Amino acid sequence: MQQIIYFFQKFKYFLFFLFLEFIALTLTFNNLNFHKSKFVNSANGITGTFYATFSNYKDYMSLRAKNQSLQEENTILKNDLEKNRLVFSKDTTVVDSIKYHQKYTYTQAKIINNNYSNPYNFLTINRGQNKGISKEMAVINSKGIIGITENLTNNYARVQSILNKNSNINARLKGNTAYFGTLKWNGIDYNTVQLHDIPRQAPLKLGDTIETGGKSTIFPEGIPIGVVSKINKRNTANSNIDVTLFNDMSNLEHVYVVKNLHKQEIQSLENFSNE
Amino acid sequence: MNKILSQGLFFLFLLCLQVFILNNINFLGYINPYLYIAFIFLYPLEENKFPLLFLSFILGISIDFFSDSGGIHAFSTILIAYTRLFFVRVYFRKIPSDYPFFKLKSESIGKVFNYVVTLTLIHHFIYFSFASFSFQNLSIVLLNTLYSGTFTLILFFLGTYIFKKSK
Repeated sequence: MQQIIYFFQKFKYFLFFLFLEFIALTLTFNNLNFHKSKFVNSANGITGTFYATFSNYKDYMSLRAKNQSLQEENTILKNDLEKNRLVFSKDTTVVDSIKYHQKYTYTQAKIINNNYSNPYNFLTINRGQNKGISKEMAVINSKGIIGITENLTNNYARVQSILNKNSNINARLKGNTAYFGTLKWNGIDYNTVQLHDIPRQAPLKLGDTIETGGKSTIFPEGIPIGVVSKINKRNTANSNIDVTLFNDMSNLEHVYVVKNLHKQEIQSLENFSNE
Repeated sequence: MNKILSQGLFFLFLLCLQVFILNNINFLGYINPYLYIAFIFLYPLEENKFPLLFLSFILGISIDFFSDSGGIHAFSTILIAYTRLFFVRVYFRKIPSDYPFFKLKSESIGKVFNYVVTLTLIHHFIYFSFASFSFQNLSIVLLNTLYSGTFTLILFFLGTYIFKKSK
């Protein structure tokens, strides 16, 4: 017993060091795990408030550019509306089916903290549980996809960016074909992501548009992602292609959080068939 | 009392500087300086070694909270806080009875340079290794260490130079 006490006395500094390092390591490992990252994240009350105040002042710098992009988005939406109006006038039942079978709701949010220089990047947005945000909802803007919500407090949410080595998103080629693959990031360039597992026979060309595939319950179908910038053909069944993002991930501000109203229904069906 | 207050203010100043300004620099897209480790270089040497270790843990974990990096900053900061005394012994040849009279400002620039460079490179290397979390991209880790380290060192020596002049 005396020996043990003597040991602790002698090495107490080193043991304290080991203890603190152990805590830090545990937090690091938990942070890399999508479902366990509870404790250390920027979506808590204190850091959230700090970032919200700071981004309030920063906003004024980019008002002109933001107005421009809002106007562009308005033009796209107006055009879409015109297309739908034509359809409505031909067949009135379409109106009803859209009204009662709404699949997604959109909540507007603002990014108050943005990271893109690490291999595992996260964003913070100023909407939380109070506004009906929950885990695993899509975050997009008018140009393309941004990420998936993961950690929540009452007023803030942390978003796993697509620029995160853990992110896996279903994506497909835009056009008549339905070839799809998985979108990942290799952690190097924040303008380029990689599309894996796309079949070899898919007719790929440089400059083809990639969009979300709608095979997951998170992202709606047909949200733009980027264009093919490089095709690495290897001697395997699948090719691996580089996609340049439409979004400038270093300059994001206003985003939409997408809620899938059919998510629970789809998931319960899928779980049922697995059993 | 005055010393504790000034250390506390310095702590808060470095934390805010790092989180709100230096983390947003992203020079050439990805290079950020990590100047907050200056707290460890400049913390006075003491007989009781526990406060610095604990403070460096708090500093690291606060920065982790803001930058969503788990415990990586805390890990690397504690490591250099622990190894600091070893390098003080190697570069400045100080024994514990010299600690109360030790001041980084009064040491020769060459020794201070060695001391600061060694600790900065250790910190940055550990930080970037854990940030990328794989052995595959060792070259990227080394390049990041070099670029960010240079950036940090330039800021540190500029900062100490400016504050020396004003006094």
